[in-house]
This record gives sequence, C-alpha cells and structure tokens, in this order.
Amino acid sequence: MNWRAVQAIYLFEMARTWRTLLQSIVSPVVSTSLYFVVFGAAIGSRITEVDGVSYGTFIVPGLVMLSVLTQSIANASFGIYFPKFVGTIYELLSAPVSYFEIVLGYVGAAATKSIILGLIILATAALFVPLHIMHPWWMLTFLVLTAVTFSLFGFIIGIWADGFEKLQMIPMLVVTPLTFLGGSFYSVSMLPSGWRTITLLNPVVYLISGFRWSFYEIADVSVALSLGMTLGFLAVCMVMVWWIFRTGYRLKN
Amino acid sequence: MLSMSPIISVANLSKTYGSGFKALNGINLDIRRGEIFALLGPNGAGKTTLISIICGIANLSEGRVTVDGHDINRDYRAARSLIGLVPQELHTDSFETVWATVSFSRGLFGKPKNPAHIEKVLKDLSLWDKKDSKIITLSGGMKRRVMIAKALSHEPQILFLDEPTAGVDVELRKGMWEVVRALQVAGVTIILTTHYIEEAEEMADRIGVINKGEIILVEDKAGLMQKLGKKHLKLYLQSKVEAIPPALAAYNLELSGDGREITYNYDTKGDRTGITSLLSDLRNAGIRISDLDTTQSSLEDIFVSLVRAP
Repeated sequence: MNWRAVQAIYLFEMARTWRTLLQSIVSPVVSTSLYFVVFGAAIGSRITEVDGVSYGTFIVPGLVMLSVLTQSIANASFGIYFPKFVGTIYELLSAPVSYFEIVLGYVGAAATKSIILGLIILATAALFVPLHIMHPWWMLTFLVLTAVTFSLFGFIIGIWADGFEKLQMIPMLVVTPLTFLGGSFYSVSMLPSGWRTITLLNPVVYLISGFRWSFYEIADVSVALSLGMTLGFLAVCMVMVWWIFRTGYRLKN
Repeated sequence: MLSMSPIISVANLSKTYGSGFKALNGINLDIRRGEIFALLGPNGAGKTTLISIICGIANLSEGRVTVDGHDINRDYRAARSLIGLVPQELHTDSFETVWATVSFSRGLFGKPKNPAHIEKVLKDLSLWDKKDSKIITLSGGMKRRVMIAKALSHEPQILFLDEPTAGVDVELRKGMWEVVRALQVAGVTIILTTHYIEEAEEMADRIGVINKGEIILVEDKAGLMQKLGKKHLKLYLQSKVEAIPPALAAYNLELSGDGREITYNYDTKGDRTGITSLLSDLRNAGIRISDLDTTQSSLEDIFVSLVRAP
C-alpha cells in the first residue's frame, strides 16, 4: 500500500474544501435552514404530527440525507472530473498508485466532507426543533455508509462525464428527484397504495427510512432491508469503479 | 558502476487507438543508463504516445516495456517509481501554491517528506522566491518549471521531458539545459523530445528518429552526424562562367544563378572526397578560383531528409 499517496490525495482534496469553505459548507447550511423555515415552520404548522413526531422533527433525517447525498456526489464527481478537465490527471496515472489507493483518497475525502456537513446540518436543525437520537451508532453507520456509497457514485459520474453539463445532469435529473420522492418530507405510508409500490423502487427510500429509524424508531421499511439495500448499492458502485479502472474507461486512451 | 543493461527496454510495441488509428507500429528501443536520448519526429509521429505508454498514461496494444527490468504493467509500482514525467502541455493546478503542488507530487510517489530536497529542486529551477505563490499567478515559463519540479520531487532515476522548452525564452532555456546536464551528472537518464533540433544536437548523446509510428533510426549523435553528414564545398570564381564544362559533369556541380559560385557536395565518410581531382579538373577547364569554404549539414538537414524519404 502506498499510504503516502492516499494521504497526499486526501489532504489535497480536503485543502480544496477549506479553500472553498463558503461554497462547500455555508451554502448547504443556509439552504437547509430555508427548508426548515418553509417546510418546518410555514407548512409544518398545518401538519400536526407524522407517525407520532412533530412534522418539523420528522423531516430532519430526510434533510440531512438530502444534503449528504447531493454533496457526496458533487464533491467526489468534481474532485476527479477537474484533474481530467485541466489535464493534471497525467500525474495520477503515471504515479505508482493502485486504483484502490486513488479511490480511497478521493472518495475518502469526499465522504469526510459530506459527513462533516451532515453533522453541521444536524446541529443547525437542533436550533429549530427538539432532537432526540435513539440509536446514535446506527445513525452514524447510516450516515457513513451513505456518504461513502454516494461519493463512490459521484466518482463514477466524474469519470464518465466529459463536460460540465454531464457532471450536473445525473445529480439534477436523477438524484434530486429521487431524493425528493424518497420520503424526505413525508412518510411513504401517507401515499396512496399504488404510489407506495412505485416508491419502493426508489433506492433513496431505504436510505432515508433507515436513517430516520435511527432517530425515532419509525420507518417505512424494515431496518434490515434499509441496511441491505444501502450495502447492495455500495457493492454495485464498487464493481463499477473496479470495472472503470480495469478497462481504463475514460481515463486511459 | 553503471550497469550495461538498458534502463528502458521497449520490445515490439504497437498501439492502435479505438478509432483504428495505429499510432505506433512494432517499436523496438533500448535506452541506456545515464544517457540523454533525444527523440525527434514530426508532429503526430508518435513521440508523445510512446512516452505516455512507458509512463502508464496510455495502455499498450501489443508488445512489452520494462523499466529497469520491471514490466510496466505487471510491476507498475516499481517501474513508475523510477520515472519523472514532464508532459508537453501545461497541466497545472491553479489555486495551489508551488510548494504545495511539488510536495503533493512527492507524496503521490510514496516518498517521505523531505523539505530540503524540495527546496533544492525549487532553487535549481529558480522557483524558490515563488514557492508561496499560487500557480495561476505564474507565467508560462514558470509553470513549465513547476512541472519539472514536480517530476523531480521524488528523485526519479529517469526523466521524460516532452517538448520541455516550448514557450520558454532563450535565457531560461539555457538555464533549463544546465539543470538537465547536472541531472545527467547525478546519474539520471533523460529522454527528451524536442522540435528545436539544435537542442538535440547540443544536448543528446543519442538520437532516435520516429516517423509515422515507426523508429526509423537510432544512432550516436556523433556517428549520425558523420554517417549522414554531407559537406558542401563552395567555390567562388574569379570570373563568371555560363555553364559547367561537360568535362566536369561527373562531379554534379551546382552553378549559382549569377555564374560566380560553384557548389560541390561530398560525403565525409568516403575515403576519397574527390576534392583534389575536382580542383585539378577545374584548373584544366580554365576555371580560376578566388576563394572557397566548406559547410556541414546540420542535424536539421539530416532529419528533414530522413522523414521526407519515401
């Protein structure tokens, strides 16, 4: 293992985070606060309770997941896309580093950043609504698993993208709709039965359900299923990354 | 002690791109330890493709490449650790400082931190006073040197310089060549591509010429100059002549437009250059000479004649 290379990539990526602190940390916190004002205070005042918890409290796990998902993808995809775009990727490809080490550096940094962000948003939420986390270790497990999985997914998008437009396309056209329809702002049980079945095809439902369970012990699907689906998606992403490096797809001509 | 085994060995290397374009075709090339090897070739000849494959940036289609005995695919870590690469295009991060980006490269190659070495590299490349500057604020020539510093950060045994002096002013170019010479003295093998042929002529120990994906020649520079070097004897006449007398036809002389200069081309490798007999035949033909001089073909002439050959 070339640990020094992993460390170099990781610290390089984290340095980019600190350099763009405003855009990486402050803006998601501001937008999350806006969600609280709009959904929690304005709309939430008309909705009394969901599954026994107040609406404002109910949406907290979904909001955290929303940011963790989008930020993981954004960080990791940009992190690997940018060297490709400016050409500095040559150094990575000519260095004595394995694919695993490259992924560890980039995905590790992207996941770290979104985990920190998730925790900051959670702290911000605690200012608006009373929060109680029943299973803090499970909460962290789901947070870390989701951050890692979607950072891997973002890494794949960053390698696949050959322009800034494509870099935005998947997050905007696929991930954001799936997140909004994944039960961030409502319980799946509130949907008519036909829609409920369709919703269960959305992988994000399982992430948010499991994460919410760790807070309030309320879930749309069983926790084991949530965990299984998350791990399954992680495995799919890992196989895709393995294939990318094995074939040199969009990295080596 | 320098080992006699080549430090880089390329055997039957071919590269076909997805589009079907064959960029390299059956390349065989050995690079000797400690030499400066200049790879010359017109644009699109395959210079950069060859370097990219050896360095791990592009996959090879057929053949085998070893670096100090390590196969570049099977044993890529050992092979790549030995190589520093300065690509042709200016690829730099914009917002990093010079110090950070050079230190990053060292880490990427798995070497422990060594600020003294980085300091030496930056000083050698006249970048020391820019160490805390963001790369985006540097001029093109400085960025080029930052890329060289990155390549040298991990103390490579082999340095690839792909068109290293493109866009670098004359003074800086001279400074860069001093660095290259000092590296060679320190035992680093250097492979460079350049289109400034006088540079290859001045710097290289050996020269390879690549054209249309094939190595068409590898020679010691001195041997190449001698082997292919033509000399030109220019004769200035005392009085104008209208035409070369038929008696001198065998010499293939060229008469200048004003009829006052005759040029004779001869091979330096031949035992008999024909100069003595030419002079006496001229005298017999009644042509008087006021002055003469000789010139030798430059590497550039040799190069042009090689790649133009069918």
